[in-house]
Amino acid sequence: MSPEMIRLIVGATGETLMMVAIAAGLGTLFGLPLGVFLATSGKGELFAAPWANRVLGIVVNAARSTPFIILVVAIIPFTRLIAGTSIGTNAAIVPLTVAATPFIARLIEGAIREVDQGLIEAARAFGASPLQIVLKVLIPEALPAIVLGLTLAVVSLVGFSAMVGAVGGGGLGDLGIRYGYQRFMPEMMAAVVVVLIVLVQAIQSLGDRLSRHLNKRVRQA
Amino acid sequence: MVTKDRIGMNASPGYLDDLVHQRLVPAEAMIRLEGVSKVFTGRQGAPVTALDGVDLSVDQGSVLGVIGRSGAGKSTLIRLVNGLEKPSAGRVVVDGSDIASLPETTLRHSRRSIGMIFQHFNLLSSRTAAQNIALPLEVAGFDKAAIAVRVGELLDLVGLADKHNRYPSELSGGQKQRVGIARALATKPKVLLSDEATSALDPETTRSILALLARINAELGLTILLITHEMAVIRSIARDVAVIEAGRIVEQGDVFDVFTRPQHEVTRSFLADETGRALPAYIAERLTPDAVPGGQAIVRIGFRGPHATDPVLARLARDLNVEANILAGSVDEIGGRPCGLLVIGIPEDALSPTLTFLKQYGLDTEVLGHVA
Repeated sequence: MSPEMIRLIVGATGETLMMVAIAAGLGTLFGLPLGVFLATSGKGELFAAPWANRVLGIVVNAARSTPFIILVVAIIPFTRLIAGTSIGTNAAIVPLTVAATPFIARLIEGAIREVDQGLIEAARAFGASPLQIVLKVLIPEALPAIVLGLTLAVVSLVGFSAMVGAVGGGGLGDLGIRYGYQRFMPEMMAAVVVVLIVLVQAIQSLGDRLSRHLNKRVRQA
Repeated sequence: MVTKDRIGMNASPGYLDDLVHQRLVPAEAMIRLEGVSKVFTGRQGAPVTALDGVDLSVDQGSVLGVIGRSGAGKSTLIRLVNGLEKPSAGRVVVDGSDIASLPETTLRHSRRSIGMIFQHFNLLSSRTAAQNIALPLEVAGFDKAAIAVRVGELLDLVGLADKHNRYPSELSGGQKQRVGIARALATKPKVLLSDEATSALDPETTRSILALLARINAELGLTILLITHEMAVIRSIARDVAVIEAGRIVEQGDVFDVFTRPQHEVTRSFLADETGRALPAYIAERLTPDAVPGGQAIVRIGFRGPHATDPVLARLARDLNVEANILAGSVDEIGGRPCGLLVIGIPEDALSPTLTFLKQYGLDTEVLGHVA
């Protein structure tokens, strides 16, 4: 492998990491409150708003059922509005964030719904407000599950980020398609795949370890 | 009706002792339920009545135990007291304020003076014992230094000072409930609600938790309302008891009275597990409702208060020349007052003089049946 190829791979890895990190960060920023709302706004729940809950649920499902590659193309006008362009690494962050937000929201909703209802009852009984229950009970108790969910989301984003390469998004996917596929350089394709595998492994084991560290539910050896 | 029975012409000098235990001057009620009903909407939209016209009052500093089978409505009843549930009708008054009419923010504030403990403890797994106890104080807006001092006091009170930085998963059931109790007491409440707090614990741990609750009641003057399905819990801690069945209070009163003179079938069935009440199987199988000539009558004698230790059977033999056959029995103490139960078999022809004789001593008698 030539030094030139290594330089390309390192650069593309950096782009992928940046896209994934920013999209995951923004996706969490928007997805966390959305997920908390979805988990607490059902009938008879803390912030009961059954209609808003249903409407948001439909929107989230619609966004999640749109294939990512179609989403990327469909929201190009929106991407231009935000990023000023629809091509390149910065522009790719927009569809990645749009795809990540509902995904993360559902994962966080699931994690929060797993929290024992008895804890909500106890917190209400000692006078906690709904917001205090979310901040001091639900999120801390769901944190190990939230971390696992976010790990899953980041791994999915790595895959999505490779897809935006196909529409000029930069990063490892772009490198693999342009050099590995179009210029027929199998060693470049192999290198990209290896880097992606290592990346996903690293993210997953980091997330697992963090979640285990946060989980006090089981006796630790 | 109980009073008439007690102060009848055959009352012995001991009845005065009994009167002392009756509250002739009603104390101020800390918790009062007036005509409370609660109707839920069931799954098919049909209304389900959980509570139906419940009147209940718990005096300041007293311990009231509510006993009932699962589904009798006791969980709903206790949740009305801190406003976790709203009554469909009636009033719930705690420390002078009508809980159901309070707006949500005021209610949250009021809940700080009503602690609650739970069957499954409901501790946060992500917080240590000390942090769990601190939570109600954080919510109430106390500063860190004040919280640290209060948490230290509470850990000492429940005997867990050495476990302060353990997570709930590292504690035993009894220790978890102690943390639960400390958390419930954090904001210095006037009332403690106990929702089957010992039902998930083994008998020995149950005793130690009940002893702790009794100590808290005595030392802090806390009013305690507890619900349970175990008579043993009621007898060891409560002063008054209410029996709930299908959403109604079917019997209530002083624990001693209810234990020694149960009126309602449900109460009797709860008491059946208590030692000395059940008939031995070989007698129970042969029991008939009608007298058998030459057979035996089976009589249950209830000894209360000063008579519990009287040598009644010896007198029966001496004065009436009746030889009683002891079939079951126990002598016990409820709320510091002795009481006993004795099941005897006596010759059929001696039944009526024996009953008269026993009544002269102010004893409760009940003819359970006859055997050949």
